[in-house]
Amino acid sequence: MSEFTAKDYKKGQPRWCPGCGDHFFLASLHKAMAEIGVAPWETAVISGIGCSSRLPYYMNTYAMQTIHGRAASISTGAKVANPNLTVWQISGDGDGLAIGGNHFIHAIRRNVDLNMILLNNRIYGLTKGQYSPTSPRGFVSKSSPYGTVEDPFHPAELCFGARGHFFARAVATDATGTVDILKAAHAHKGASVCEILQNCVIFNNGTHDTVYNKEGRAKNAIYLEHGKPMLFGENHEYGLMQEGFGLKVVKLGENGITEKDILIHDSHCEDNTLQLKLALMEGPDFPIALGVIRDVAAPTYETAVAGQIEEIKNKKKYHNFEELLLTNDTWEVK
Amino acid sequence: MANNMEVKELERVVVRFSGDSGDGMQLAGSIFSTVSATVGNDISTFPDYPADIRAPQGSLTGVSGFQVSIGADKVYTPGDQCDVLVAMNAAALKTQYKFAKPTACIIIDTNAFEAGDLSKADFKTDNPIEEMGIKQDVIAAPISQMVKDCLADTGMDNKSMLKCRNMFAVGLVCWLFNRDLSIAEDFIREKFAKKPEIAEANIKVIHAGYDYGHNTHANVAHTYRIESKTKVPGKYMDITGNKATAYGFIAAAEKAGLKLFLGSYPITPATDVLHELSKHKSLGVTTVQCEDEISGCASAIGASFAGALAVTSTSGPGVCLKSEAMNLAVITELPLVVLDVQRGGPSTGLPTKSEQTDLLQALFGRNGESPMPVIAAISPTHCFDAAYAASKMALEHMTPVLLLTDAFVANGSGSWKLPKLENYPAINPPYVTPEMKDNYTPYRRNPETGVRYWAIPGTKGYMHILGGLEKDSNTGAISTNPENHDLMCRLRAEKVARIPVPDITVEGRADDADLLIVGFGGTYGHLYSAMDELNKAGKKAALAHFSYINPLPRNTADVLRKYKKVVVAEQNLGQFASYLRMKIDGFVPYQYNEVKGQPFVVSELVAAFTGIINK
Repeated sequence: MSEFTAKDYKKGQPRWCPGCGDHFFLASLHKAMAEIGVAPWETAVISGIGCSSRLPYYMNTYAMQTIHGRAASISTGAKVANPNLTVWQISGDGDGLAIGGNHFIHAIRRNVDLNMILLNNRIYGLTKGQYSPTSPRGFVSKSSPYGTVEDPFHPAELCFGARGHFFARAVATDATGTVDILKAAHAHKGASVCEILQNCVIFNNGTHDTVYNKEGRAKNAIYLEHGKPMLFGENHEYGLMQEGFGLKVVKLGENGITEKDILIHDSHCEDNTLQLKLALMEGPDFPIALGVIRDVAAPTYETAVAGQIEEIKNKKKYHNFEELLLTNDTWEVK
Repeated sequence: MANNMEVKELERVVVRFSGDSGDGMQLAGSIFSTVSATVGNDISTFPDYPADIRAPQGSLTGVSGFQVSIGADKVYTPGDQCDVLVAMNAAALKTQYKFAKPTACIIIDTNAFEAGDLSKADFKTDNPIEEMGIKQDVIAAPISQMVKDCLADTGMDNKSMLKCRNMFAVGLVCWLFNRDLSIAEDFIREKFAKKPEIAEANIKVIHAGYDYGHNTHANVAHTYRIESKTKVPGKYMDITGNKATAYGFIAAAEKAGLKLFLGSYPITPATDVLHELSKHKSLGVTTVQCEDEISGCASAIGASFAGALAVTSTSGPGVCLKSEAMNLAVITELPLVVLDVQRGGPSTGLPTKSEQTDLLQALFGRNGESPMPVIAAISPTHCFDAAYAASKMALEHMTPVLLLTDAFVANGSGSWKLPKLENYPAINPPYVTPEMKDNYTPYRRNPETGVRYWAIPGTKGYMHILGGLEKDSNTGAISTNPENHDLMCRLRAEKVARIPVPDITVEGRADDADLLIVGFGGTYGHLYSAMDELNKAGKKAALAHFSYINPLPRNTADVLRKYKKVVVAEQNLGQFASYLRMKIDGFVPYQYNEVKGQPFVVSELVAAFTGIINK
């Protein structure tokens, strides 16, 4: 049992629009932190710029709201300099994937032990309604009055392309699902990317409608759990099977299909091929995958950095500045 | 030692090694300077290499040079012109001859002056010496052939053998200056520790070069000796500016009892600092080679937030990219050192050449009211003190500090008396005190210094948020209050303005100078030499050379106003002069400006300053 409650991590009065997905996520984060039980003063919450990046102001922890897109870099420095800190990095889809795209992929590639939260509402909210790198092709916004003519990123694809070892997804309004993946992200040592699907009531209302309430999720989402069959639907009547190089949705009982034929989720599988297919599933033909999609152990950056320092300390004979000086060719003037 | 030959005593000598960029001229120069420094001479070096990754072999653009000045006494510059010019091919002779004194001795490898070599170097005739009107003594030796003969029984292939040509030149120069080869042997064995057969081949060739001089007397009348004169007793080493900078950071971190963190992205000519610091993990130094310049600075800010001495290193174009993050350090008031090893700009400019053109960018190149201390290193060895001072200032005053060096001091080297850390001032960051526990807010300040207090994450009772948004001066909460913002801008400016820096001292004829020469940063050696020559010629000149740029020394205005004529000499179009004019009412100096990417030439400075005195 943790000695902390959600209240211990709470601070201030959030200023987001009523109904904004950020409110729901914040509450889940407080709850998850309390359940995880890392002391508030050993926790650092670091964000970039954007609506969601206001989040650190509502955390009773060490915190920093930084500059646009750079949260992953600043978090990397903080974690490497002090590996004892638990670092939560908060970004939106613009902060993390547009201006900060380079830092996003490299933090994942290095596998720094960061809990990287990507609050994805597929819109720029703070600047009042421009399309983001996750807005679908043809999306009409203030900066694309005739629709965008570009394809969006799938965050999971970027994460996997950067050789990510952890990817999970939750819907902001689903507290249990969110708390679960946040706890899993914390438990995973390395860069843990959590995509949070959230609504922007003002500029992109309804963007995640199919899964935003419980009933919608029952129909249109699948909760993946390691070691469990991939069943979904209001009565778990549907399942996923592999077909050729792809996946297919099947109905239990039809064509003699039983639960035994359904794929069992393996989030620990080193090969990410199927995990990526699951992460990329979209409606209406497929359910949207929620939960921990990939969770594979791998060496973390900050541990390797510290380990190398220890190794070299044992190997080299100089351990302070004056000893360093004497490793050079010197001569004596008498 | 040459028998039957006269040995002349010299006070100072300049040797320039030049050849194709693949000819190992930088190594040849380093070996000769190390040998000279080790026997106690003072040295100043200047590597002058092309930006091309590999220009076509033998071409005029591919020539690489390394100049070293060796003195019995203090040496301030690598010298305008050389006493010995080594030209390993025709292109080198063509481009480097302008650096040879009328009395110089020129050494060439005749095997690299064949028809093809001459045509690549744009010679029209087959006699380059005559074509260029060279009157100096030329030691024309078939170096390549002699190297091949010397290594014939080693089983090495032709290409590998020719890679040792540079050592023949070193050997020959060592003979000319009566240098003991055992020091060079040690250097080579260490350099090629992992390839002992290469080391031995090089050593063989260096002896062959030496013996060639000894046996043939190489067409010269005498050899030379440079005795070591008065120097403060102690242990010395030869150190480049970049290495000294890295050492300064290491020393400051140790003194402050903090972890040293470097976030960096490779860029010429700053990369050696990343290389150097990456080596010293046994001292606990953490280096992160980031994905870009921005991340280099941003990760350093994260490390600073977490309680490290944080540094990011770069050159001009990198500073442009870091500027936004530097401002985050300004508003969060976190300690950070930003090292800018200046090179020729704008844009990619002259990546391997030296300028002082980033001064105004360092001072003002950020959005908003963004006060940032600026310190400039004045010589290769001074880089150590400047890096130490910048680190101390950042940590004690909770501010980013911009440390300016330049390609000239960064790549150049000098002999350096090993410092004792105990003689350097303590570094005391303004950590939070137990009384602040549970009511700490980040922007409460020490009333005397204006500095906020530093609470390191992980400590109970001091949780707080920092960020790029303006904060209330008391509560630390986000504030858009106009009065508060005005106050915070003033508090940040005042904090930097109050940082104590040493007074500027005037060298030379401080009391009666007709001309005060003013400079900053890496031009110290040249300006000092010019001032010294003026005074030796019966003029009255003095020098005020600045290392602390922001804040300026308190006595700056008094000093500059004291002299009838002041000239500000700098390697840009007048940035320091305009800054001084901004800071000192009615101050109108003469200006000497040059943006050639090359060091000042002392004789040109002397001529220009004489002109000003005579006006």
